Amino acid sequence: MLSGILFGYLFKKKKITWISRVITLLIWVLLFLLGIDVGSNQAIMSGLHTIGLEALVITVGAVLGSVVGARLLWKWINKDLKEEARQ
Amino acid sequence: MKGSLVIVSFFILGALAGLFNLIPCDFTHGRWSYYALAALMFFVGFSIGNDSKTLKNFRSLNPRIVLLPLVTVLGTLAGSALVSLLLSHRTLTDCLAVGSGFGYYSLSSIFITEYKGAELGTIALLSNIAREIITLLFAPLLVKYFGRLAPISAGGATTMDTTLPIIARFSGQNFVIVSIFHGFVVDLSVPFLVVLFCSI
Repeated sequence: MLSGILFGYLFKKKKITWISRVITLLIWVLLFLLGIDVGSNQAIMSGLHTIGLEALVITVGAVLGSVVGARLLWKWINKDLKEEARQ
Repeated sequence: MKGSLVIVSFFILGALAGLFNLIPCDFTHGRWSYYALAALMFFVGFSIGNDSKTLKNFRSLNPRIVLLPLVTVLGTLAGSALVSLLLSHRTLTDCLAVGSGFGYYSLSSIFITEYKGAELGTIALLSNIAREIITLLFAPLLVKYFGRLAPISAGGATTMDTTLPIIARFSGQNFVIVSIFHGFVVDLSVPFLVVLFCSI
């Protein structure tokens, strides 16, 4: 990643437009590989319905908790910015 | 939304391929995903270095934003604790340990399997994969209802690699540095918190 930043900086003068397409392609490849991992794992596939439901409940709780926190922080930061703009 | 559907269909395609053994098993245990991730990191890094605006944007960000990793950790633990009331046969610390994976499914599920057994380990694996998938799928909705920091918080430890491109797209390019910083800090907290909640 650091070498990527360095290379990107070195080639700053050239407009490189195909990078975002490469990134999208790699995301597809990685999710495909993750899918293979899950699909070929017997323990996960057979327990999907019972264990999966519990896992999902925990995830939803965890995600909701964190995004509510993120919203409070976002509001706090924006309130600050508005006050700064007013001054 | 179209982008998310394409992503999920790749995941489902992969799951089907794995389920019906269409691809040799050692393929997944090889270093393919590692190389793909390394390449992804390289190109994400490239796009950061290539865009001189990103670094300028970071300087203009509110310093309070460094609190985001802490907010993510506290919010996640609070949410997991509340949910443990619903799951009567799981203890509070079980749920906190699973929640402290923050999407880092490989590491957290290994730790939890070690300390608490394969069942909770599998729950940790599924739960944290789900966290990543939920972040990938619902990033636009999270931005709409909870603000631009929400996908970063939801992404947990994954915001410096797998969910980074989605965050860049839906929160904005100027959140990339925050996202990497956030992922880095939350990532470091995973082993400590998981072991802590497993041993209480």
